[in-house]
Amino acid sequence: MDPKAIHETLVAKFGEKIQGASLEAASPFSVVAAEAIAEVAAFCKADPDLAFDNLMCLAGVDYPKETPPRMEVVYQLLSYTHLHTFALKVQLPRENPAVPTVERTWGVANWHEREAWDLLGITFLGHSDPRRILLPDDWEGHPLRKDWQDPEYYNGMHVKPTQQMAERALAGETIGVGPFDFTPPNRHVKEE
Amino acid sequence: MPEEVQGLIHNRFGDGLVFTSADQIINWSRKNSIWFMTFGLACCAIEMMATGGSRYDLDRFGIMPRGTPRQSDLMIVAGTVTLKMATRIKRLYAQMPEPKYVLSMGSCANNGGPYWRHGYHVLKGVDEVIPVDVYVPGCPPRPEALLYGLLKLQEKIQEDRVTRKRGYTVGSLAGARLDGAADGTAK
Repeated sequence: MDPKAIHETLVAKFGEKIQGASLEAASPFSVVAAEAIAEVAAFCKADPDLAFDNLMCLAGVDYPKETPPRMEVVYQLLSYTHLHTFALKVQLPRENPAVPTVERTWGVANWHEREAWDLLGITFLGHSDPRRILLPDDWEGHPLRKDWQDPEYYNGMHVKPTQQMAERALAGETIGVGPFDFTPPNRHVKEE
Repeated sequence: MPEEVQGLIHNRFGDGLVFTSADQIINWSRKNSIWFMTFGLACCAIEMMATGGSRYDLDRFGIMPRGTPRQSDLMIVAGTVTLKMATRIKRLYAQMPEPKYVLSMGSCANNGGPYWRHGYHVLKGVDEVIPVDVYVPGCPPRPEALLYGLLKLQEKIQEDRVTRKRGYTVGSLAGARLDGAADGTAK
């Protein structure tokens, strides 16, 4: 099916809950209401004409400069049966973004949703294992949000380099072979 | 060996008897059997593997990889040290038996490299958590550079005074201040 037909199938089934679409884009997509994403996902997989049996990627995006500022979750779908692709998007408020999980439909969403939670702070309601996946468990904050500021320290280790560290790095340390005074002898050149 | 001593003991004993100083023999055996812990964290590990392979052949210096910190003398920190990994590195370093040495390989391990300003997750130099003996810059360093760093480490080990320890010695810098001012002896 082409993107237009896919979109029309979704609109015929869900009506108001499909809020918009961009079908001419390089990766055509429909915008789905946040509360309906779980059932739309289940339909996309179960419907024999769509048969999206593969969730290629699930990603969070931060748009702080849009009006109103928003977060998006993008679901890239692929059907191995029909070999067509499509994307679903969900728009969320930037403050406390939350969206139902699609883990029950595509198992792979488990890790992707953990990643989106870890780096952007998007909550996935009903997720079976809502832990961080990349950052340490005691990390505070979600560093891929555009308004992220580095903390000074994490567990006593510098996150932001200090002036002193910069000077030391440029000067070279005296222990061992200093960081930047290192020239291997050239064995192709005879020394005088 | 000093010449006057050589004159006293030269040709006086049977074959197979070798005279040397304790420092000499201990340092010689240490520097010629550096077993390093394979510590590939990022792309530097590729160069480290190439250095261990047949073309550059670390084995000819007695340097070879071990899979566990308990049997290792040297930790080659090859790659980007994330903050999460840094806590593990600390623990692995503590698990290595003395004498132990650390070689920091590549710009990331030296001082954060390209993650210096915008890496919220990267440690700005592995010497923030463990003492480093040799730094090898490069992104990544070629096998020749790593080899040269290892030869520098061998030179350092050869200069160590095992029997007359004053202050810290190479490879046991744990807890010592990096400028050597802790006990006022080293400079």
